[in-house]
Amino acid sequence: MQLSRDELLHAYRLMRTIRAFEDRVHEEFQAGNIPGFVHLYAGEEASAVGFCMHLKEGDYIASTHRGHGHCIAKGCDVRAMMAEIFGKKDGLCGGKGGSMHIADLEKGMMGANGIVGGGPPLVCGAALTAKTLKTGGVAIAFVGDGGSNQGTTLESYNLAKVWNLPAIFVIEDNGYAESTASSWAVAGSQVGRAAGFGIPGYEVDGHDFFAVWDVAREVIERARMGGGPSLVHVRFSRYYGHFEGDAMTYRGKDEVPRLMAERDCLKLFRNRVLEAALLDAAELDRIDREVAELIDRATAEAKAAPMPSEADLLTDVYVSYH
Amino acid sequence: MPKKTYRQAINEALRQEMERDPRVILMGEDVAGGMGSPGEDDAWGGPLGVTKGLMPRFGRERVLDTPITESAFIGAAVGAAVTGLRPVAELMFVDFFGVCFDQIFNQAAKFRYMFGGKAKTPLVIRTMYGAGFRAASQHSQCLYSIFTHIPGLKVALPSNAYDAKGLLIQAIRDDDPVIFFEHKAMYDEEAEVPDEPYTIPFGEAAVTREGDDVTIIAMGRMVNFANQVADKLAKEKIGVTVVDIRTTSPLDTETILDTAAETGRVVVVDESHPRCSVASDIAALIAQEAFEHLKAPVKMVTAPHAPVPFSPALEDLYIPSPQKIEAAVREVLAFSARA
Repeated sequence: MQLSRDELLHAYRLMRTIRAFEDRVHEEFQAGNIPGFVHLYAGEEASAVGFCMHLKEGDYIASTHRGHGHCIAKGCDVRAMMAEIFGKKDGLCGGKGGSMHIADLEKGMMGANGIVGGGPPLVCGAALTAKTLKTGGVAIAFVGDGGSNQGTTLESYNLAKVWNLPAIFVIEDNGYAESTASSWAVAGSQVGRAAGFGIPGYEVDGHDFFAVWDVAREVIERARMGGGPSLVHVRFSRYYGHFEGDAMTYRGKDEVPRLMAERDCLKLFRNRVLEAALLDAAELDRIDREVAELIDRATAEAKAAPMPSEADLLTDVYVSYH
Repeated sequence: MPKKTYRQAINEALRQEMERDPRVILMGEDVAGGMGSPGEDDAWGGPLGVTKGLMPRFGRERVLDTPITESAFIGAAVGAAVTGLRPVAELMFVDFFGVCFDQIFNQAAKFRYMFGGKAKTPLVIRTMYGAGFRAASQHSQCLYSIFTHIPGLKVALPSNAYDAKGLLIQAIRDDDPVIFFEHKAMYDEEAEVPDEPYTIPFGEAAVTREGDDVTIIAMGRMVNFANQVADKLAKEKIGVTVVDIRTTSPLDTETILDTAAETGRVVVVDESHPRCSVASDIAALIAQEAFEHLKAPVKMVTAPHAPVPFSPALEDLYIPSPQKIEAAVREVLAFSARA
């Protein structure tokens, strides 16, 4: 293991923050406090954090409709995120984007995306910017198993390869595209598809932060060094439905409780660092408390924040328009 | 002043902007041509030679040939624009927007709004449009009304070489996404074009003919037809004002309404289909805002609600002609409201 103590603490804090954020959004949605469509990342935290911990300023990511975790892992402000999801003027996007379009370009976060498969071409563009301006930057497209079947994604593999772009495609396979099993919907294999384009492909257990972190380091370093794109197929599970309100009748009866008991990325992380005596339980418990306080505060502030007004309706359509 | 073709004017605008700003890049299918092939480099310079010579001048790093993969490269242009470049992407024929529209209207057009004003997407998509090439239904459409419909996009359609250069430089310097329509039948048409760079602001129509009797509002190639009609009718002492809107979004509503009010008789000429079109949009605008000035119903001259046909015999019937425009002008002139 090559993670420092500080990095381990940081990784745990990020994953815990995502989990607590998503659990809270779930509760608030159930209570009728959040408008619109919400898709939660709980259970998938190790992927966003395992990749984004290797990124620097000037690197970009594009996300999916299930984007809160990627935002937090890339450094977006949690309080502004919560306000955004509540549709408030103080939100990260002024309440105009919401959960499905939450973004912060200054942090290199090109947005959650309401269009499945919307991100990969954009990431080719961010990688092209890095290559053209010689910034040394890389760009990561997080794509769901559903998005992996879109033509945009497959076209992006080809373009990234023929242009030799510093782009990474992370296929986050939680087993279901909406209610449809990826085992049914994906012909061939993700790694096989990468091979078809001459792109290195990897499969990794997305419940295991350390496994993700290792492969992420390799593919990001390759891209940074001019070695071109890679694909990583991350297999893991989501704890909530496709969207909030999804009764998940398509899932196995004990599937989620079993996964939570046996394959939870936070539990696995905690056990691993405690067994190896890398961190002590008190430190992790303290992070849990601090995160809970942060989420409490963010939620209370989001609820209290003002709504946008009519004056905001027509701003930000253009930079200028006459 | 030197005369240049529409093609040369566009090429010159691209070259001058690429010289001015290293962040300006070109991408598209065969914009240089010959990538990876054993023969000539810069073999095509674009399918109709519009970008010829730019790759030898600026190199493959700034003039990027793409595979035939509009979803990926139009999307890449969007992603590059929002992360710091100023890409000019070429969508060879606007008819191909169907395979990449998501990246234009759900991504590029919406970033600024969805992200609360924190995104800039300085992207230009150059694209060929229009009938007259015997290119049939999938390579001849106008379609600018579809882009005009989308908040967040700007749409320019120059009617001559002078405007082509000025509007394209404006498009490249603009911080919003711009769809730049080039009529494929106009590339060899000449006009006086200054050598130095200049811009034409968006949302400012040009009045290309002035007369007191009828106003023709036209766009793109139809402006030339309208001018021909105005010149012909001037010999009969019929005064025709011709307005070239130059951009459909933003739209110079002030000039449209002023010139409509001045004559009270209006013909709108649009090469596109009539339904939900720029023509119907302008006609509705005049009906709503200048009704009290109208002496006759607004008349539209457009292509029919049908795909563009292949056969020359049919295509010639399909395209709005100077004859049809003239007939429309005479019709609105002859109209008198019954008491």
